[in-house]
Amino acid sequence: MIAVAAIRLSDLFAVVMLFGVYSLLTAALFMDLDAVDVAFTEAAVGAGVTTVLMLSSLHLTKRWEALPRRNPLISLLVVGVTGAALVYAVLDAPGLGDPSAPVHQHVTPRYIEQGEAEVGMPNLVTAVLASYRGYDTFGETVVIFAAGLAVMLLLGIKDDPRLRPGESAIGGDQLVLRSVVKVLLPLILLYGLYVQFHGDFGAGGGFQAGVIFATGFVLYDLVFGEGSARAVVPPGWLHRLAAIGVLIYGGVGVYSLLAGKAFLDYSALATDPVHGQHLGVLLVELGVGIAVFSVVLLIFYAFSGRGRRR
Amino acid sequence: MTAILELLSGLCLFFGGVLCVTGGVGLLRMPDFFSRVHASGVTETLATPLLLSGLLLQMEWSLDMVKVVMIMLLVLATNPTATHAMAKATLHGGQRPLVFPDDKDSVGEDSSKP
Repeated sequence: MIAVAAIRLSDLFAVVMLFGVYSLLTAALFMDLDAVDVAFTEAAVGAGVTTVLMLSSLHLTKRWEALPRRNPLISLLVVGVTGAALVYAVLDAPGLGDPSAPVHQHVTPRYIEQGEAEVGMPNLVTAVLASYRGYDTFGETVVIFAAGLAVMLLLGIKDDPRLRPGESAIGGDQLVLRSVVKVLLPLILLYGLYVQFHGDFGAGGGFQAGVIFATGFVLYDLVFGEGSARAVVPPGWLHRLAAIGVLIYGGVGVYSLLAGKAFLDYSALATDPVHGQHLGVLLVELGVGIAVFSVVLLIFYAFSGRGRRR
Repeated sequence: MTAILELLSGLCLFFGGVLCVTGGVGLLRMPDFFSRVHASGVTETLATPLLLSGLLLQMEWSLDMVKVVMIMLLVLATNPTATHAMAKATLHGGQRPLVFPDDKDSVGEDSSKP
């Protein structure tokens, strides 16, 4: 219903808000399905950062959607055929939670039964994400890095001389906002670090932590004037940090190769294999967190610094 | 003791729910942006801590209790700030509060039309 409303509305500001609501509801749905880590990431990314980023990009274009000029019948036909094919495929899928479904058969029982013993951490999601399926997570991190690269290549970060840190768009003495943000900001950053290192035991991990950490800086930039975050974390640093994040992850893998084992085999990192798993997951999540943080902040810089169209 | 705690918890949860409903009704039916923002503020600043206290009274002494208290403090700190930010931004945009319901001049331009 929200999706239909988002499509039908032509006020893009309202559409961005609806997207945020949609993400929050999806996060609640994930919680209902007992997928806490995914719900956490969805809430942080979907209802948090992308709303801000979409609002920043809305700043650069018009608020009202231009009416489509082409004949919509062909698009309707394509969408209808694809939708029908997807529905037909879904009818054949196993039911939700069906124990005889193929996804529950081959590797999953091994993960569930031996995960805690082999990897040594209670949070199975992090164990699967960072250890059993570490290669896929490496791919995800590289994809995030590539997205940041694409934004850099397409938009770049303009060094706008008009931007003076300390001046807010609304003007006036922002006493209430600035006082509250001054108190909240260290807590936000602390929480980001907590989520990063607590991923072994509870919900958390590198992706959520990177997003939360970056959101702290975005909040600082929004409240304390355009360009104030840029004074704290210059874009040049962020370029290098993003690369360093991916390098840490890849570096762990290459180290395992050099030590004689397979790529991203964490037992090569320490004499005790479980200890090696701990160390490997820690390093890898750190790489993910650093990469995600830098890319999100880079994208925010790219959007927010591009002048006003008032 | 347990009965009193349960009664208190039930009362908190009930009133929190009532406030959520009134906040929702206010959000939809209030005539002016500023009154709507106030309605949504009530929903989050008063109803959420009431609901959370209702839950707190049913929990045992554990680390989760501290986490719930921290969430309540965070909500109490951030929501009034957000309401203030929304109202301030709207004032900056030019809209003024509706003071006399018949006097359309005291309401700013409604920017929700293209």
